[in-house]
Amino acid sequence: MARAIVKAPSQAKKGEIIEIRTLASHSMETGYRHSDTGKPIPRDIITRFVCTYNGVEVFSADLYPAIAANPYLAFSTVATESGKLEFKWTGDNDFSVTESASIAVL
Amino acid sequence: MVFCLFLAARAFCDDRKSGYDFMGPQTRQMQDDDSANPAMFWVLDGEALWQKGCAQCHTKGMKGVAARYPALYKGKLVNLEQRINACRVEQQKAAPFPYESRELLALSSYIGQQSRGMPITISVSPITKPYLDAGRALFQRPQGQLNLSCSQCHDDNAGRHLAGAVIPQAHPTGYPIYRLEWQNVGSLQRRLRNCMMGMRAEPYEFGAPELVNLEFFLKWRARGMKMETPAVRP
Repeated sequence: MARAIVKAPSQAKKGEIIEIRTLASHSMETGYRHSDTGKPIPRDIITRFVCTYNGVEVFSADLYPAIAANPYLAFSTVATESGKLEFKWTGDNDFSVTESASIAVL
Repeated sequence: MVFCLFLAARAFCDDRKSGYDFMGPQTRQMQDDDSANPAMFWVLDGEALWQKGCAQCHTKGMKGVAARYPALYKGKLVNLEQRINACRVEQQKAAPFPYESRELLALSSYIGQQSRGMPITISVSPITKPYLDAGRALFQRPQGQLNLSCSQCHDDNAGRHLAGAVIPQAHPTGYPIYRLEWQNVGSLQRRLRNCMMGMRAEPYEFGAPELVNLEFFLKWRARGMKMETPAVRP
């Protein structure tokens, strides 16, 4: 099952601002809804997203119940050196997904 | 000469619009960019299922197939989902996927995406004409407690508003769609049933011949328009 889609440039010039787009597959159940029989549906959301660039955190976000299913996060960073971008989503019920992308800085 | 004029007039006077044309810029952007379109998760899942079960026989892929469904299969009009399930039952000897299951939507999204950008090609033969007429009759028939027909909104009042939402022209160009209201992918039949509940009519069951006839009529009505599967809709 596909769990996350990441779009980042595979190469960039040194010092260039690059845009990174991510999409995670998750239902983002708020915890405020009830089932047909009146039982509360427990909260099940992604609570944190972190992006590291060669081990250094460049972007992170805390997520809350008001965020739609399949959250889309786009952000930018500066291309400093060739290496690896790593993405990690964590959340309720031990949800954890990692994705990575490599970038060549010329 | 007259025929040429007729053809030219039809090409220039085509004021049919896809639901895409009624959407706001943010929703369009979601559809245009595969890395922002959540329906791509279904397409990717569908590809994985395809490689596992279907690719051995269907080596050339399914380009253009979704653009010509519903179509006749063994003397019956079937939609794409029913055709997928027929293959599953007859060739793979497996249980059919339930309607609106993740697997069935994944496969129809993956197959549909291969027709993206191609024109809808529904051809009507003397055999399929009765299905078309039945679909058209259902589209035009007032029904439900509100005594509305599909046509009253989608022909007579398309482009105007129903509460905050724009009424589109009901051209099924992008199914299965990721609908923001659903936060999920759904089939054309889910959308049709939704509309019927809205007019307080009892919706037909998933897979009912009436719904397939209606799908057939709507696809014929949108013939020549470009497929957008997997589309995003508000």
